[in-house]
Amino acid sequence: MTAPPPSLLVEDLAYAYPDGHQALFGVDLRVERGERVALLGPNGAGKTTLVLHLNGILRAGRGRVAVAGLPVEKRSLQEIRRRVGVVFQDPDDQLFMPTVGEDVAFGPRNLGLPEPEVTARVAAALEQVHMSDAADRPPHHLSFGQRRRVAVATVLAMQPEIVVLDEPSSNLDPAGRRELAEVLAELPVTLLMVTHDLPYAAQLCPRSVILDGGTVVADGPTGELLTDADLLAAHRLELPYGFDPTPT
Amino acid sequence: MGAAHGGTLSARYLPGSTAVHRLEPHAKLVSVLTFAVVVVATPVHAPWAPAAYAGYLLAVLAVAAVAGVGPGRLLRGLVVEVPFVLFAVLLPFVAGGPQVEVLGLSLSRTGLAAGTGLLAKATLSILAATVLAATTEPRALLRGLERLRLPQVLVQILMFMIRYADVVGGELHRMRIARESRGFTGGGLRGLRVVGATAGALFVRSYERGERVHLAMLSRGYRGSMPTGPSVPVGTRSWAVALSLPLAAAAVLLAGILLG
Repeated sequence: MTAPPPSLLVEDLAYAYPDGHQALFGVDLRVERGERVALLGPNGAGKTTLVLHLNGILRAGRGRVAVAGLPVEKRSLQEIRRRVGVVFQDPDDQLFMPTVGEDVAFGPRNLGLPEPEVTARVAAALEQVHMSDAADRPPHHLSFGQRRRVAVATVLAMQPEIVVLDEPSSNLDPAGRRELAEVLAELPVTLLMVTHDLPYAAQLCPRSVILDGGTVVADGPTGELLTDADLLAAHRLELPYGFDPTPT
Repeated sequence: MGAAHGGTLSARYLPGSTAVHRLEPHAKLVSVLTFAVVVVATPVHAPWAPAAYAGYLLAVLAVAAVAGVGPGRLLRGLVVEVPFVLFAVLLPFVAGGPQVEVLGLSLSRTGLAAGTGLLAKATLSILAATVLAATTEPRALLRGLERLRLPQVLVQILMFMIRYADVVGGELHRMRIARESRGFTGGGLRGLRVVGATAGALFVRSYERGERVHLAMLSRGYRGSMPTGPSVPVGTRSWAVALSLPLAAAAVLLAGILLG
């Protein structure tokens, strides 16, 4: 019996935007099933461009992406988008339906699941992010932190192979940040977290990858990368004042 | 509930559980539309037209009473009518034909009839629509439109409008505060230019948000049509209840045509 394919495999991925701006120059990344990986890098490093390749919104100029063994291609897009759950940075972009429940049901219904299954998945996903009592509420009446957790639920309801979070801790107050961390820590899924919140990466992801200038410049245990002051400084990454990254 | 469901746009919704509230939204929509058609079909120049308008008014007011929609709410609903009123007031002055003297003014007889008719028809239709808006949540209305086979694209546009009215409104509000915090007081030509720039910035921001929302939708398997939940079939009885308004109006119209 061979080992299962990695949740995410990115090989030599390059991409230039239609205006000629090249964002990725040959990215290699392998994320095994159940791993939690932080994707670190300064603004403009190509993080978001990479994320948009993972579910086929952008198509590789060169190289390939595969999710649990399935290559990202035009004919596999629907299945790819089920397998890769992307949580975007602004929950107001992610939550567009009139109520939380309908929004969480949007993905499963697109998959054509029968209604009882949809209901069950909505309930389970909201339960996982501790938002069960919000199903009938309109998204704009929730706090920002609650909206972000609901945004996580919208992809959990699709039972993805891998959850990709774009800047999950941005704009959260300290309590909202902690509540989201508690939710994320409990999730039994493969996680790729795009962030420049280094303490958040240290808290949630044993492994980190640094992306800069459109290539992977470092890949290793989060604790090691965050204690390498020269590496961080070379890529415009900084620890907040007073934060000690040494693993205890 | 109420204003809590859909923000600004659902401020018109009055929560309740009257017979009118409980009707299926698409039945109510059909009812209001048919009512409006009957009202519009009434010939303006018929001598019995004022009596027919009174009949229609009674019918709408009866429905409003059952639905618990008060006169204040009905009057506020009529605010959208203001442009029609202006146009209707102009008609007697600009239309040709035989003239009549009213308060020393020479007015066109046909223009007067047309103006009054326009005003009466608009008012009646808007009253019916106000009752609909007061007894149906915006998202229920959307479900109703969808069941009536309104093109998906239009339903989705309306849905996004309801969802994002508050978000865009919030952005506008923040931009205004930021403007005023830097000493802007508005007024004058310069003020107009600044407001124009704000509108432009808001448009660009909203456009970009639209693109991001579209990405988020694609990422969750969107393929052009909005998946909907289960819908319950509507019994003959609720259809009969819903259609009682246009049927009453049609009876008034028929009576006018036959007796008048």
